[in-house]
Amino acid sequence: MNATIKFRIDGTQVVTKAGLTIMKAADNAGIYIPRLCDEKGLEPQGSCRICIVKIGGQIVASCTQPAEDGLEVENDTPEIRNYRRDLVKMLYHEGNHLCPICEASGRCELQAVSYYLGIFQPTKYPYLQPDRPVDASHRDILLNTNRCIRCGRCIRASKTLDGKNLFGYIGRGIHKQVGVNGENLANTDAKVGDAAMALETCPVGCIIQKRQGFFAPIGKRRFDLKPLGTNSVKQQKGGSEQ
Amino acid sequence: MSKTRVIEVEPVTRVEGHGKISIHLDEDNNVQESRLHIVEFRGFERFIQNRPYWEVPVIVQRLCGICPVSHHLAASKAMDLIVGVKKLTPTAEKMRRLMHYGQIMQSHVLHFFHLCSPDLLFGFDADPRKRNVMGIIDEKPELAVQAVMMRKFGQEIIKATAGKKIHGTGAIPGGVNKNLSIGERDFFLKDMEQMKTWSLSALDLAKNFTRDNFEKVGGFANFNSSHLSMVREDGALDLYHGNLRAIDASGNIIFNQIDYQRYYDHLMEEVRSWSYMKFPFIKKRGHLDGWYRVGPLSRLNTCGFIDTPKADKALQEFKGVTGGKPNHMSLAYHWARMIEVVHCVEKIEDLLNDPDLQGDDLVAHGERQEEGVGVIEAPRGTLIHHYKVDESDQVTFCNLIVSTTHNNEAMNLAVSKVAKKYLSGQPKITEAMLNHLEVAVRAYDPCLSCATHALGQMPLTVELYDANNNKIDGMSTAL
Repeated sequence: MNATIKFRIDGTQVVTKAGLTIMKAADNAGIYIPRLCDEKGLEPQGSCRICIVKIGGQIVASCTQPAEDGLEVENDTPEIRNYRRDLVKMLYHEGNHLCPICEASGRCELQAVSYYLGIFQPTKYPYLQPDRPVDASHRDILLNTNRCIRCGRCIRASKTLDGKNLFGYIGRGIHKQVGVNGENLANTDAKVGDAAMALETCPVGCIIQKRQGFFAPIGKRRFDLKPLGTNSVKQQKGGSEQ
Repeated sequence: MSKTRVIEVEPVTRVEGHGKISIHLDEDNNVQESRLHIVEFRGFERFIQNRPYWEVPVIVQRLCGICPVSHHLAASKAMDLIVGVKKLTPTAEKMRRLMHYGQIMQSHVLHFFHLCSPDLLFGFDADPRKRNVMGIIDEKPELAVQAVMMRKFGQEIIKATAGKKIHGTGAIPGGVNKNLSIGERDFFLKDMEQMKTWSLSALDLAKNFTRDNFEKVGGFANFNSSHLSMVREDGALDLYHGNLRAIDASGNIIFNQIDYQRYYDHLMEEVRSWSYMKFPFIKKRGHLDGWYRVGPLSRLNTCGFIDTPKADKALQEFKGVTGGKPNHMSLAYHWARMIEVVHCVEKIEDLLNDPDLQGDDLVAHGERQEEGVGVIEAPRGTLIHHYKVDESDQVTFCNLIVSTTHNNEAMNLAVSKVAKKYLSGQPKITEAMLNHLEVAVRAYDPCLSCATHALGQMPLTVELYDANNNKIDGMSTAL
């Protein structure tokens, strides 16, 4: 069945086929909704909550919420932007995100979403400053979970795209983190060509390919060339911090 | 019971980082002891451990906001060896050199015009309300414009080669990550004539100050010492690459053309309880007699010639003042610094006209090594970075000997000489007297943040202690 539905995002009418999520329908319509745990080709997980939108007074994750005929979706509003900013800020405080010295800088989705949302400086929460050992055991891949935001993209990519199941969640609550299914990365069959190890899969600098850092000059990195949200219909940034 | 007094100058101003001077006086107000204390600590050598080696050039440059390029390049040179590259591609080496000459030019200009010219133009004992960069802007606006524009030119060179004016990423292990576009090249070429003119007028300013005040310059913190720098294989001044040469106070060679990979066979560092900055010395001469100076003055003393015509002509005139023997006058650093600016501008012009800068062969490859030493002549002197990296690509060892550290003993001696000459026996210590101490320190353009691998600004303090070691007076001058 290919029924067509119509709904609105911030007043803009979206016409799409039924059965898509709000995020997917928005993407097809060229309307940007920021996200971190969602990645093309992976099943949506709805965990990072950066893609939240408001429908009928309810906050929902647009990556998992189906689009329905007649919905009025609030996306780029001051209220939603402030929720998103708080969520993103907490990620900085839960990890060690030292952008000035991180090789993911310029291609990091956390950084790019922050810029989109107008976050340019340290925030009000205390830093947890995790001190997890770096797994440099693998010849070509390095794992620095101090930078992990627990988006689970590597877990899903390894399981569903690579069929390897190299990663999983360990711990609960604030102690939850991504771990290797094995003693270390060198004792798995991880390879640079795996979808889970692709630079586009990890949205931060947690999984990095060794000896490639800083090869892209400043000004020609992924988000230097095309900041997040600037190829959407609205062409607007998330505005400055309120 | 005898009484002594101690003067503290804290913070020392118009220098990079935090430091203080303490002067111990006896009952008759004669100077007993003087020290330059470095009060910062940071610990880069420790926390760089376990980082992947390709991060190192980007991390360690955060030692400094004034000359990050020096640390970036010294670390990159060490990492070249870690990745088994002994010779860069022509494009890579020339891009790095261009970055380095831009860096030295802007740093020297900053020091000479913004930090020191108020002392040189208005007098060491001029009204402190005028003896600052705002006084220069008021009374010598054309010089202020020249200073800003020359520094901007150097900073733009850094941006074009490293991606950012401060803390860029241009150099990577084995090469660079970009070349220079035609547009970037032409952007700089249009200003070259102006830069050449200004560099020569700055040289005249420094030279004329020395010549016109020769008696004062010759009697101000002038003391014999050894000198160390890197020189090219033919003995020429080379700020980017070469071998180590040290000469004694008479100009005799102590060691020559030493491969800096074995710097530790020839140099050692002593720790003293009252300063976070170590005291390096030449091993075979021992810690009492082995200290030496580095930086522009030392580089001109150790090199045989400069391979650019205007700077070489200026060098010969500079050497003529001391009959070809080493120049030991602390205030001659300023003249030497401006000769290096002329050299950098000449080198920048040569490089901009070199088509290799538009090449695409940016990175060389080799067989992975466990250890590497990178040395560069930073604006303030010889900069040594030494790393060991394990098979997991993580740094296991780091030793940094930073330019200002080499000059530690010399700066202390300079302070002592000036204190004895200008403070001893004086019934009252004035701000102008204390500024003489700062002028002596300032001549070395110390970067105390770098020297202790420490964070922060660098104001300096003078403290005065009595014979019983009780602090009785202190003076701080605002930035």
